[in-house]
Amino acid sequence: MAKVLVVTSGKGGVGKTTSTAAIGAALARDGEKVVVVDFDVGLRNLDLIMGAERRVVFDLVNVAQGVAKLSQALIRDKRLESLWLLPASQTRDKDALTDDGVRDIIADLRTKFDWVICDSPAGIERGATLAMRYADEAIVVTNPEVSSVRDADRIIGMLDSKTVKAEAGEQMKKHVLITRYDTGRAARGEMLSIDDILEILAIPLLGIIPESQDVLKASNVGSPVTLNDAASLPARAYTDAARRLNGETIAMMVPTEQRRRFMDRLLGRRAA
Amino acid sequence: MDSKVEPQRQVMRLRGRSYIAFVFSPFMPIVNWLEEIDATLARSPGFFVGRPIVLDLSAVDLSSHGIAHLVSNLESRGIRVLGLEGVEATGLDAGLPPVLIGGRGCAIEQAEPKQVEDPRPPTPSLLLQTPVRSGQRIVFAEGDITVLGSVGSGAEIVAGGSIHVYGTLRGRAMAGINGNAAARIYCQKIEAELVAIDGYYQTAEDIGETLRRRPAQAWLDGEVIRITPLN
Repeated sequence: MAKVLVVTSGKGGVGKTTSTAAIGAALARDGEKVVVVDFDVGLRNLDLIMGAERRVVFDLVNVAQGVAKLSQALIRDKRLESLWLLPASQTRDKDALTDDGVRDIIADLRTKFDWVICDSPAGIERGATLAMRYADEAIVVTNPEVSSVRDADRIIGMLDSKTVKAEAGEQMKKHVLITRYDTGRAARGEMLSIDDILEILAIPLLGIIPESQDVLKASNVGSPVTLNDAASLPARAYTDAARRLNGETIAMMVPTEQRRRFMDRLLGRRAA
Repeated sequence: MDSKVEPQRQVMRLRGRSYIAFVFSPFMPIVNWLEEIDATLARSPGFFVGRPIVLDLSAVDLSSHGIAHLVSNLESRGIRVLGLEGVEATGLDAGLPPVLIGGRGCAIEQAEPKQVEDPRPPTPSLLLQTPVRSGQRIVFAEGDITVLGSVGSGAEIVAGGSIHVYGTLRGRAMAGINGNAAARIYCQKIEAELVAIDGYYQTAEDIGETLRRRPAQAWLDGEVIRITPLN
């Protein structure tokens, strides 16, 4: 049974695309058949992070409008053969997507994959609402600072009202993924604490991804961080998050100040 | 010693107010037009009862006597004419409804009166079992709102009665919006952006730092909002 997952945040620049690629790759490495779908029509990035930008021929909009077949637009990853990308169009804008077009594509992808991971554009407009519309579950990405958390709260409200699942009266499963968690600033009390974020958002925690140069390095070489350096701190945090999504119970690691000592304090909190 | 009390002089106050009226535009022959009215009445009796009706006579050419006849014809069907439009006021019988000018068109709901009346009394309170998220606006003018969860920053709760938040109130809460000065706002943790009761409000800046993050209630003391701890 395929699962459609939307990675969303409201605010831009918090790490949706990085997280989509990292979690998609981690699931694929664990043997799941995964497609990552870029919904950021007009400002596509996922192809770059996945290192597939030079292989894009057809895109989401072409498929939605019936110009190309789904199989023509899907790009298989060169590193993992169960990982696929459905790129967005860079030349169009979000209005090029229709509700029916997206519905049909998602339904089609469900028959072919175990996981359909939709990388939502920032904002609360058409692009973002279409990306979440047909999802079964959501990952809400937030940074430990107030504006990002408030935007995440807004997005959770939309997940609970504007998705097909919500309209059918069902509860959509939501997880919060805290990214760019800076251990130094956390120690100095310069960021919202994990507890504050969870208290405000009131949804289960999927993972805490530390701020790291490894993320930047990976995106510069066009590789999901979980594949580029699987032993790096963010890669391990993303891998754990992916396994929690898949139903495994893994103790939550809170990144701490000491270098090279990531095997640390257990928070005692469990993932959803 | 007797003290003389001057009788208070009542000042007459004139106020302007606008209402929405149905406008009837009769056409010739009047008999056919009246049949149409009868057909409408047969479908929903009482549709025009108690509604202000204005007759627009610009499409017909009737004498003062003819107008009086038409008005009484309508009256016999239970339709009372409030005013006339589209005729010259001069030369009209004084007993006729007044001539109105300056009417503007507007949309009126064409909904037929509801056949089934809801036998239940209106619910006096609204229960929200999930957190109210940023950007959501909950309006319940009929009574109290209870939230089992937090109200996010940027969310808004608007109630005719009191507001109860079993969580942190971070957004805006407006109670007693219909002039209910006795309404109160209760929350388990106050970090509100704004609290208002019956139109009087306080913003986050006015809420004392000592109260923040504590259980508190807000109530109206005359024209001043008081926020006091609950424990």
